[in-house]
Amino acid sequence: MNEHLIKEENLVYKKPSTLLDVSMHYCPGCGHGTVHKTLMEVVEELGIESNTIGVAPVGCSVFAYNYMNIDMQQAPHGRACAIATGIRRVMPDKYVFTYQGDGDLAAIGTGETMHAASRGENFFTIFINNGIYGMTSGQMAPTTLEGMKTTTCPRGRDVKTMGYPLYLGPILAQLPGVAYVTRQAVDSVAHVRNLKKAMLKAFEYQKQKLGFCLIEVVSNCPSNLKMTAVQANEFVRNTMIPNYPLGDIKTPEGK
Amino acid sequence: MGEIRLMKGNEALAESMIRSGCDAYFGYPITPQSEVLEYLSNEDPMKRTGMVVLQAESEVAAINMVHGAGGCGKRVMTTSSSPGISLMQEAISYMASAEVPCLIANVMRGGPGLGTIQPSQGDYFQATKGGGHGDYHLIVLAPSTVQEMVNHVRDGFELAEKYRTPVFILADGAIGQMMEKVELFDQIPRKTDAELPQEWATTGRGSRKMRNFITSLNIQPEKMEVINHHLQEKYRTIEKNETRFETYKIEDADYIFTGFGLGARICKKAADMAREKGFKVGVIRPITLYPFPTAVYQKYAGKLKGILDVEMNSGQMVEDVRLAVGDKTRVEFYGRMGGMIPAPDEILEHFEKIFIK
Amino acid sequence: MTEEVIFAGFGGQGVLSMGKILAYAGMMEGKEVCWMPSYGPEMRGGTANCNVIVSDEPIVSPIISSYDTVVALNQPSLDKFESKVKKGGTLIYETSTITVPPTRKDINIIPISANQAAIELNNQKVFNMIVLGAFLAVRKTITDEGVEKGLKKALPERHHKLIPLNMTAFQKGKEFAK
Repeated sequence: MNEHLIKEENLVYKKPSTLLDVSMHYCPGCGHGTVHKTLMEVVEELGIESNTIGVAPVGCSVFAYNYMNIDMQQAPHGRACAIATGIRRVMPDKYVFTYQGDGDLAAIGTGETMHAASRGENFFTIFINNGIYGMTSGQMAPTTLEGMKTTTCPRGRDVKTMGYPLYLGPILAQLPGVAYVTRQAVDSVAHVRNLKKAMLKAFEYQKQKLGFCLIEVVSNCPSNLKMTAVQANEFVRNTMIPNYPLGDIKTPEGK
Repeated sequence: MGEIRLMKGNEALAESMIRSGCDAYFGYPITPQSEVLEYLSNEDPMKRTGMVVLQAESEVAAINMVHGAGGCGKRVMTTSSSPGISLMQEAISYMASAEVPCLIANVMRGGPGLGTIQPSQGDYFQATKGGGHGDYHLIVLAPSTVQEMVNHVRDGFELAEKYRTPVFILADGAIGQMMEKVELFDQIPRKTDAELPQEWATTGRGSRKMRNFITSLNIQPEKMEVINHHLQEKYRTIEKNETRFETYKIEDADYIFTGFGLGARICKKAADMAREKGFKVGVIRPITLYPFPTAVYQKYAGKLKGILDVEMNSGQMVEDVRLAVGDKTRVEFYGRMGGMIPAPDEILEHFEKIFIK
Repeated sequence: MTEEVIFAGFGGQGVLSMGKILAYAGMMEGKEVCWMPSYGPEMRGGTANCNVIVSDEPIVSPIISSYDTVVALNQPSLDKFESKVKKGGTLIYETSTITVPPTRKDINIIPISANQAAIELNNQKVFNMIVLGAFLAVRKTITDEGVEKGLKKALPERHHKLIPLNMTAFQKGKEFAK
């Protein structure tokens, strides 16, 4: 081994100090790791790790508090936005975010999400949309695309009986309490850079108390899509993004 | 002496909440406890003490807001009535496990189902035996007067913080709706940020090197068992230190009437009526339903001819009374259900029928 | 002294507030008081009632089986509560709304025409104060001064200008007991 090369001046990449030095439980190629890292980079760069409080959901990212070295609460399934409301209302000077998957946010937690957004609560939500339930091993999500196969729609999602994919971002964008809705992805370096910019904005808008912000992240699930990491990112690019186009859906300027 | 007022139970509870230095209330309207949220909204506690009051979109959201704010080490409360309390059970279980202190009041109405808005004590099992999933208990206080609605709020917050557990006030629609004279204590100041418990609360890391986190999850069974043992030890300590009850004319009693909350007051009246007829009857009233005051029943059981347990349900607390006394004395039950309240003469009549003949 | 009374009638007759004023008045005279309403989806025209207990002793039970006094302001209330008056107790009833009068012989029955009196005062809203006057003339639980103090407590400040009118109605009610 070229141990002698491991020197500060040779480093091309460094883990942000806000991430704990433990290995993550996520599957190889999963988007969660990238989103966690990007979020913690932003927290570190803004220097707000001592006054940021996160809320983890039920789902694969239930263990987010094992990785992020900021104060966190783990919410009952779907209730992250209610928990975050409770936190933000009694800690109005802290930065607060929720981190939720599509099942947590757009199925069981739709009510809490809509109402927190409608009240214009001053926190933001990171919404991981990978079109499938990860933690329970590959069942249909509200965001599962028409015709897409999962363990509970093995012949493909039939919208006549199973309903249509739910596009929660554009729905939330209609609400006057919502300041910022954007859809980003983590399938490429360029997209990750855009995600980071979106996160910086969301923290800034929270500081200005502009209202609720949503960052939807189109992501993957290699294990449950039965794909390699590369194939899963190609699926995101070729199938998910055409259905969930990236970019800002609502900005404070265009409010 | 504190300020004296004539107040409805629900309003007294709300006023006591503000005076107890509560930081936030999250609630959702449901009869017969809507006066709590109405009173708070009218009082504008943000102006009085800086306390947050928020009408949530559901009981589910309200209790999770309590979870969030309670997890920050703040004094937080919600109230509801039976069907709404059922909706809250999931988060209550989470908070019991994650050791988030908070105060919850159930102003009970008749069930099951949508039932009736009239008073009931049908949620005794739900309150004392867990309610939600998993092995846990809440400290359960049962007020029988409007004054106790005031006192139990202050005491409830203290118990919740002392033991890091949700505490429950189990009242009923009649106590919520009736007016009695109450003495209010002076304003207790809200905690400052510096007083928040840094050893566990999610206050933001501040100067701490490591994060605090609130979770009820431990996927490894060995570790989850350790958490369970810890909770059970805490419940044993609570049983040892916090059991509360009241007795009435008990020293010479041949018979005991027992009940909780409003039921116990009706028992006292019935006991007085029985004494006028020459029967020596006393009353035991558990004030904490969990921990249940087993010892006081055991103390007197040996010299009694019988116990008549009276409740506004089909016989729930009576199971704990029977567990306490075993076969040392005869335990009978009289109850009304579905929003009906037993009257003192009904209790006396029933007593004479089964014990005297 | 303990007085256990129930006021019962139509919603909108001021039944609940009549009880409240009595409870406030009792409190102002240093007595123990308890006011227990029937509550529910009742509205104008439906039935409503409240128990009031005023006592020199701590009040044991707010739930009572029988009453020292029943004040019945409509037929359903009379039908329901006539049997609940204690032997030797008092039953006050409103003649304009009750067409089938009480029949018991072992109680003190007092018919009143508070409706007519309210018309004479040109103010239907003081009906309940007239009834309260009649009640307190028979059951001397609270002094007139106590009632006035109770009104001050029970009414929001912006309505305090109505207190003299209410006291006039109260005095008119007292005449029924003569």
